[in-house]
Amino acid sequence: MPRPDRKPDEQKPGQQKLGAAYKLIGKDYTTPDLYAKVTGKAKYAEDFRAEGMLFCKLLLSPVPHGRVKHLDLSKALATPGVRAILTEADLPAPADSVTDLGAVIKANKQGEKALTMEPLYQGEPILAVAAVDELTAAEAIEKIEIEFEHLPFVVDPLDSLRPGGPNPRLEGNIWVKPPVAPAKPGEKPPSPPPPHLGELKWTAADFAELKEGRLPMGKAPDEWSYGDVDAGLKNAALVLDETFTTPDTSHQTLEPRTALAYWQNGKVFIHMGTQSTVQTLAGLGRWLNMDPNQIVLISEYTGGGFGSKATGYIFAIIPALLSKKANAPVMMRVSREEEHFIGRARPGFQGRMKVGFSKDGKITALDMFAICNNGPYDANGDANASGMIVSLLYQPPAMRWRGVTMLTNTPPRGPQSAPGGMQGIIILEPILAKAARKLSLDQVDIRRVNAPEGKALWGPLRDGKRAHSTSAFLKEALDRGAEQFKWKERIARAKRSGTKVRGVGVSSSAFFAGSVGYDGLFVIRPDGRIAIQSGIGNLGTESISDVHRVVAEILGVPWEKCDVEWGNTSKNLPWTCVSGGSQTTHAMTRAAHAVAMDGKRKLQEIAAKTNGGKPEQYEVADERVFRKGGGKSMTLAQAAQRAIQLGGIYDGHEAPEDVNKYTKASIAALAGQGLVAAAKDKYPHDGQSFSYVASFAEVEVDTETGKYYITDFLAVADVGTVIHPKSLGGQVMGRSILGIGHAIGQKWVFDPQYGHTISRRFHHTKPPTILDVPTNMRWAALDIPDPETPVGARGIGEPPVGGGCGAILNALSDALGDEIYRRAPVNLDTILTSLEAGRPMQDPLTAFI
Amino acid sequence: MLIDEVPHYSCSVLTHTVRGKKVQTIEGLASPDGTLHPVQQGVIDEQGFQCAFCMSGFVMATVGYLKTNPNPSRSELAHGISGNLCRCQDYDKILTAMMRGAEHMRKVNHA
Repeated sequence: MPRPDRKPDEQKPGQQKLGAAYKLIGKDYTTPDLYAKVTGKAKYAEDFRAEGMLFCKLLLSPVPHGRVKHLDLSKALATPGVRAILTEADLPAPADSVTDLGAVIKANKQGEKALTMEPLYQGEPILAVAAVDELTAAEAIEKIEIEFEHLPFVVDPLDSLRPGGPNPRLEGNIWVKPPVAPAKPGEKPPSPPPPHLGELKWTAADFAELKEGRLPMGKAPDEWSYGDVDAGLKNAALVLDETFTTPDTSHQTLEPRTALAYWQNGKVFIHMGTQSTVQTLAGLGRWLNMDPNQIVLISEYTGGGFGSKATGYIFAIIPALLSKKANAPVMMRVSREEEHFIGRARPGFQGRMKVGFSKDGKITALDMFAICNNGPYDANGDANASGMIVSLLYQPPAMRWRGVTMLTNTPPRGPQSAPGGMQGIIILEPILAKAARKLSLDQVDIRRVNAPEGKALWGPLRDGKRAHSTSAFLKEALDRGAEQFKWKERIARAKRSGTKVRGVGVSSSAFFAGSVGYDGLFVIRPDGRIAIQSGIGNLGTESISDVHRVVAEILGVPWEKCDVEWGNTSKNLPWTCVSGGSQTTHAMTRAAHAVAMDGKRKLQEIAAKTNGGKPEQYEVADERVFRKGGGKSMTLAQAAQRAIQLGGIYDGHEAPEDVNKYTKASIAALAGQGLVAAAKDKYPHDGQSFSYVASFAEVEVDTETGKYYITDFLAVADVGTVIHPKSLGGQVMGRSILGIGHAIGQKWVFDPQYGHTISRRFHHTKPPTILDVPTNMRWAALDIPDPETPVGARGIGEPPVGGGCGAILNALSDALGDEIYRRAPVNLDTILTSLEAGRPMQDPLTAFI
Repeated sequence: MLIDEVPHYSCSVLTHTVRGKKVQTIEGLASPDGTLHPVQQGVIDEQGFQCAFCMSGFVMATVGYLKTNPNPSRSELAHGISGNLCRCQDYDKILTAMMRGAEHMRKVNHA
């Protein structure tokens, strides 16, 4: 059904003045990767070929938990064209990892392996076959004789928590963190031992509440609190106690996990899609038990990550090890169905919140309980992050958070855009909407009154104090959004027209948005061009080049004179943050600022050494270093040639003391090529950086069919200084739609009887298509610089996600009332059955329905 | 890709079925002298995609669709290319880029 085009609103983002104080920052430009992408020249991992390259196929577990009791590879190995078969026995032991600060993190020997003889979920890779082509490898897999001993399994955390309930692993159903021994006097604190498996069961009495449709709240291994929660609830004008289940959703990167590997002179070369470049090496090194210096990663283009490829993925070592065994290059590319099993997903939550409100809508206390469905391996941080973000975004004066991260025989989860924060937001947002209705308050006002502001407190007490944010302008974002969305006009309009009901919703949203302490590196070459070394991954966010605009801005160099080098760890890159967790724009604009200032200082010193006077008497602009008020000047090209003559710190023969050793190696390799600028970000940073979004949506529901359309959407972002409007807009809208997918249909479905996945293809858990969203979505940015970072920019990948989902859920309850849903997504059957019955008809707590 | 000017999913077409037909992919869209196709230029003008893994499909589908409807509304064009999926969910910017491409194409066709 074609929807009518709406007239474009008068306030389009293009009309907003951004970056008024800058030449390049806040301005649109063409990113250096775009031409290759649009002409098909861009090479993703699968586009590479190596001479004599083999392909590999995986044998996946058909059972949710079992043990291989019989395996005969002889017929498979005898198949013409088969070169090698890799099993768990071929894997190196997982290595301990050492952090940048020298702390050792002990390897978890019960953690995930690339291949296993005791699969813990249906679809887990058992072995891999390398052959001359995929057809031959698949044929060989058919010839493998394999039998499994079936072991107990469980897919729903609540089933495992029941007295006598099954455990997903032979050793239990949760991770237990052993206590860390205190440091001996005068010595560094010892490395914490890895977690071990344990068992958690609740009592039958704990489960009594389940019959009432409320989440049972038994013993929780993780807990924190601040303030007097009981008093806050007791003194509230309104207390709401709501249970809500959030969906498990696959990342579904359009590029499935793909890697090509080969060995040369003891080094392994890996072409793969990964979010990060520099930071992927450590992960690969750990899984291969190799020195990362012996690994070369090539990843110029990555087909999406959303958290699932943050520092690579363990399965990339399968082609690397097969390549060694077969003594030939090996390419692994997986099918969409295989990607479902090994491609990671956001963990679903079974959650409950008891929230007290004063008459004016201010939260008086918040008691939160979250069960996170983790899958069988290493614990993810979603449960804890959910509490942290809720404490920041809604500023409860007293809060208790309890979390249970439950292991189940379902595919392993991983961080997905706004991990945990998103789940926390979508559990609380419908409660806030309900409270506003009960207290006869405006939906924007109730979010405004609870919004963080300035150095807002968040999280639990640590050493008697709570942490604070660097800044928060969510109130301004809500105000700007209400104005642009014409909120007051919309809520005054008639809701019903025949069988159609309209609803409008608003949601607050936030997530962590920045780290600190990384390095910048560039070379001013003797021809006057700037070679900027970028260790950022090219996952589509364009931060790979956006952040380096800061260098050109400060040096006064046209962007056309800058060449960004990226995507290959043999190309002398600087120490760079993980391209994930919305860190990059913040962390790497800081590093870019630091290195630009280093370059500027060196240019001034070179000019003074060459033309006399003091460095501070020189200015850098318009591709020249010139003496203030007239006098001799040098071009950047001349300064670069002079830097090579001067040597030492000027051309990279000496490196700054404080940069990372990884950067030092790159500086040494670049030495003598021109003026080498290198610096670590050591700028002050008071507080934790977060970015905020105010999201607005309108829906139209057909009460006869339950079908609904999103008819309008607006997101206003508080991300500090805008660096590149078009890429920011892509992130704000794109990540909003990722969130919307959780509201309108995406979820995992399991057969609990057999522990089998039912939703394994795109069309079973369909991401939003271009027809699921309005054709004229809008975004805006406040463009208020963050005071705690030199360029003022924060990250944006995660913050819009919760708001995208929350605004749709709230628009639906505005249209249909509070008695429709108790879980997301809200599908048309939920709406139809609940409308007919006059109460929510979906089971609120069973996982995967 | 386009087979005799009609968009198809390349992953669902067996090579032998296109014998003797005109096959066009993203790699063959620009002119031999490097001049971009108007729809490609639309992508450049609007920074049309994020990771761009889906770009070939969207661009070719748009080129095919514009042959039947050279002056679409945003909604019509969205329907025309709705068989393609972008997981960066950059639909708003993609649609803007494709509309810009359609505009460029109309100029070329009228020139």
